[in-house]
Amino acid sequence: MNLWYTLAGMAIVTYLARASFLLLPAGVETPPLLRRALRYVPAAVLTAIWAPELALQKEVLFLSLENERLLAGAVAVGVAWRFRLTFATIASGLIALHLFDWLI
Amino acid sequence: MSFQRSDLAEGVRASLPVLLGVAPFGVITGVAMVASGIPPLVAMLMSLFVFAGASMVASAQLLASGSPVLLVVLATLIINLRFMMYSASLRLHFAHAPLGWRLLIAYLTADNVYGLMLQRFSERPDDPGKLGYFLGAGVAVWLAWQAAVLAGVVIGAGVPASWRLDFAAPLAFIAMSVPLLRDRAMVAAALAAGVTVIAAHALPLKLALLAAAATGIGVGMAFESRKT
Repeated sequence: MNLWYTLAGMAIVTYLARASFLLLPAGVETPPLLRRALRYVPAAVLTAIWAPELALQKEVLFLSLENERLLAGAVAVGVAWRFRLTFATIASGLIALHLFDWLI
Repeated sequence: MSFQRSDLAEGVRASLPVLLGVAPFGVITGVAMVASGIPPLVAMLMSLFVFAGASMVASAQLLASGSPVLLVVLATLIINLRFMMYSASLRLHFAHAPLGWRLLIAYLTADNVYGLMLQRFSERPDDPGKLGYFLGAGVAVWLAWQAAVLAGVVIGAGVPASWRLDFAAPLAFIAMSVPLLRDRAMVAAALAAGVTVIAAHALPLKLALLAAAATGIGVGMAFESRKT
């Protein structure tokens, strides 16, 4: 039952976020300060999602050359930075993970 | 406001390279949802009604750890707050479209579709064919996404853990976020958010994510005003 509430809640907040400004009447201006702030939301939130997956292990900070997720993530960041290709980023990161796993 | 078949086709063509990234992320999302105990039917409904991979992966993890409904919905809201920014930006192109089209545009808004729209029209906002282009790209991405999630849901627990495919989820977020870092303010925002989320990771209720978003926005805006 909880699962259905979760599904409904997720669907509603997500659609409201998507529709928000598109539903305002044509004459209404978006406040410039809000638009400036919103510009940083994707980079900030998306980074905040993956950063702990690399730097933490079992909820503890693990910055070490023995952390193969951190190393493989660094490879993927480099590939993403240089080539901007989703598939190459995911593939290089997974290959690097297995490689570092085997080396360490 | 109407659109032509050639505009639709242009949108579909532009989306093809992007589908190479959409497909693996969709499969990963499907696998992650089923692996966390969400029944296949609910996972598919979630994909249709929520249609936002990042929040679906995060929710799957939260549900697996027994988090309350409100927390899962709150985390979804924070992760999907970026759609508000897309919405504000798409409004520049579609404010005068009929309500029905705007409701559909809202539903089809995805990171990649927004990115394609930005690439094509941000420098040439007066070019015709915006609606057709958006719908072509949006529907192509939507179809590829739903098919990929379905494949992931069907494969489900059949993927051996030794493949470590779970790591593909953070990799997909790296692939989405790093190309956004086009100027120093954006890099500063991302770095601040990354450091904050790690420093604050012990906070309950995914508050670390909220703190990271707030810090990232603040630092990004501070950098921007210093520059000008």
